[in-house]
Amino acid sequence: MKYTRDPELIRKVLGKKVQFILGDMACVYGGILAGCSFFGGYPITPASEVAEGMARMLPRVKGTYMQMEDEIGSIAAVIGAAWGGAKSMTATSGPGFSLMMENYGYAVMTETPCVIVNVQRTGPSTGQPTLGAQGDMMQAKWGTHGDFEAIAFAPSTVQECIDFTLEAFNLAEKYRTPVCVMADGEIGHLRERVIIPDEKDLKLIERAPATIDKKKFIPFTNSQTRKSKVPDFPTFGTGYRTYVTGLTHNEKGFPATDKQKDHEKLVKRITSKISDDADKLVMVEEINLDDAEIAFVTYGATARPAESAMEMGRKKGIKIGLLRLKLAWPFPEKVIHKLAKEVDKIIVPEMNLGQIVHPVREYVNGECEVVSAPKIGGEMHLPNELFKYLEGK
Amino acid sequence: MVEIKTAEELNKKYLREGMWPTIFCNGCGIGVVLEYTLWAIEELGWDMDKVVFASGIGCSSRLPGYINADGLHTTHGRAIAFATGIKAANPDLNVVIFTGDGDCSGIGGNHFIHAARRNIDLTVIMVNNFVYGMTGGQSSPTAPIGSVATTAPYGNIEHPFDICGIAKALGANYVARWPVSHPYQPIKSVKEGLQKKGFSLLEFLAPCPTAYGRRNKLGDIKKLWKWYDDNTILIEDYEKTMNYGNEKEKEEIKNKIQIGVFQDIEKSGFFEEYEKLMMMLQEKKTTGEKK
Repeated sequence: MKYTRDPELIRKVLGKKVQFILGDMACVYGGILAGCSFFGGYPITPASEVAEGMARMLPRVKGTYMQMEDEIGSIAAVIGAAWGGAKSMTATSGPGFSLMMENYGYAVMTETPCVIVNVQRTGPSTGQPTLGAQGDMMQAKWGTHGDFEAIAFAPSTVQECIDFTLEAFNLAEKYRTPVCVMADGEIGHLRERVIIPDEKDLKLIERAPATIDKKKFIPFTNSQTRKSKVPDFPTFGTGYRTYVTGLTHNEKGFPATDKQKDHEKLVKRITSKISDDADKLVMVEEINLDDAEIAFVTYGATARPAESAMEMGRKKGIKIGLLRLKLAWPFPEKVIHKLAKEVDKIIVPEMNLGQIVHPVREYVNGECEVVSAPKIGGEMHLPNELFKYLEGK
Repeated sequence: MVEIKTAEELNKKYLREGMWPTIFCNGCGIGVVLEYTLWAIEELGWDMDKVVFASGIGCSSRLPGYINADGLHTTHGRAIAFATGIKAANPDLNVVIFTGDGDCSGIGGNHFIHAARRNIDLTVIMVNNFVYGMTGGQSSPTAPIGSVATTAPYGNIEHPFDICGIAKALGANYVARWPVSHPYQPIKSVKEGLQKKGFSLLEFLAPCPTAYGRRNKLGDIKKLWKWYDDNTILIEDYEKTMNYGNEKEKEEIKNKIQIGVFQDIEKSGFFEEYEKLMMMLQEKKTTGEKK
């Protein structure tokens, strides 16, 4: 049975408007609200609850849940489902995210909308399965081979797990690209109060389907019906008879593997369709930055102790502010550069040995001091640990 | 509708002639598999707007590019998992997978096994040429013992993968193996496989003179094609000889590759069961979260 989004049924299945739920479960809610009708996944801590939630809820809203044989198959099925006309997603953690890298690139190259939730845990390798980390932030950006632009959210609250998963679907559809929700084990396994947005408040972006004459349709070029570098989507079975390949392809979709110009044209289009909009895509929260001399630049679970440390600092008269990245990729280059001109020091706390601190340094470009505040091992920073950075220790 | 009588007419109707010439070498069996598939589709009268061809990586996985239909040329070994998603999103589509021995039984073995186990309504057409042809002739999981490849320069010492045997054991609804050297049984078999609800596997033994034959004293195209006649045996004949033949007769056929239909059953598939589950849940009308 082909899926049609049924708002009433969705509300009935999701239940009460205000709930106290797990971050992982909130990702399920966000997906279902967005109209996700296919989930392919594989059990992995601390992301298993996303699959469990989907297994429980998707068949009730007439979507399809499949537990695949592994994470490679999960993302493959998710991409296949997108071409079959579904909004689709998967959820995983570090080791599974590594396995998904191959087809993450395939989704980029074939311009397939889909959502990957990564509830990060520590690594390398199997690491600490139940403990949270932020060690895959660079993998989301650089993990698959070749040149591409990533889009990745970083939720700091359970509410944001709903909101950002939903928004991830919107951006996936808008740009026809895989979008990551880079949660962390702390947020994934946190229970908080959430408010399920009303139907009238949802802003859903739907896929632009191919509509023009089949003979005139060109599948892999700027849209032929809108002013956009994102082509219209020829869903399989609609008669457009499209050939889709991960090989370098020409505008018609056919392999052009020995042609430098075709490759350059294709890859520049699929990267610039996102980077052209980088300024529009900025999603940050700014707290106490007006008079700040020091600023935390932070994201995900780490933003929470950073905010506490900021409050401790303010009480002691330290002019400290906070910039939280809701969307880590594309990186808010101009925001960081502007901030660097206004403050003396930027501190970047992360649950890794320093990842987002690198693009921060790149775009600070010497305008102020940049300090990395790393913590690994599956424990969050304590506010007083971060406060010490304010005292210059 | 024009009735198709010749291969030329068949090609005109189904292929993207603009994509010619194909990448296939002289004496290759992959094009033949394509022709058999198209004859079967023609006989079934399928609407090509509702057929999707998925494939992985390798020579045989290039086939969807030549067919005038929707095609998903995916990553190495993963086509069946992609196809599962396509079918899940739109069960009205007929999804056919072209794959090779390396793609399907090597790197994609896990996806193959689980799709067969779930009895997903897909048709997998696996072209088995005993070799990784596109990368220049490395030994594959189906390569016969003793066969020479660039990565088995002293002869292959690994036991070959019996892909039909495993599909049968997993309860796939339709399992058949044919050499490409004779058209009638394969076309009939492809037709049966395409029509079958649930998982169908068609394994084709296809010659690769360039990457396999040349290194195994079978570089001569005619000689290689004849090898399949000499080294295959119908399942029924094999069983008869093994049950009632004398030792000499048994010895003669014991290493031959069995061909024919290994399994033809009607077991319910994943999506049929899923549909039932959804109906049941709609009747119950329960909410998701426990109170």
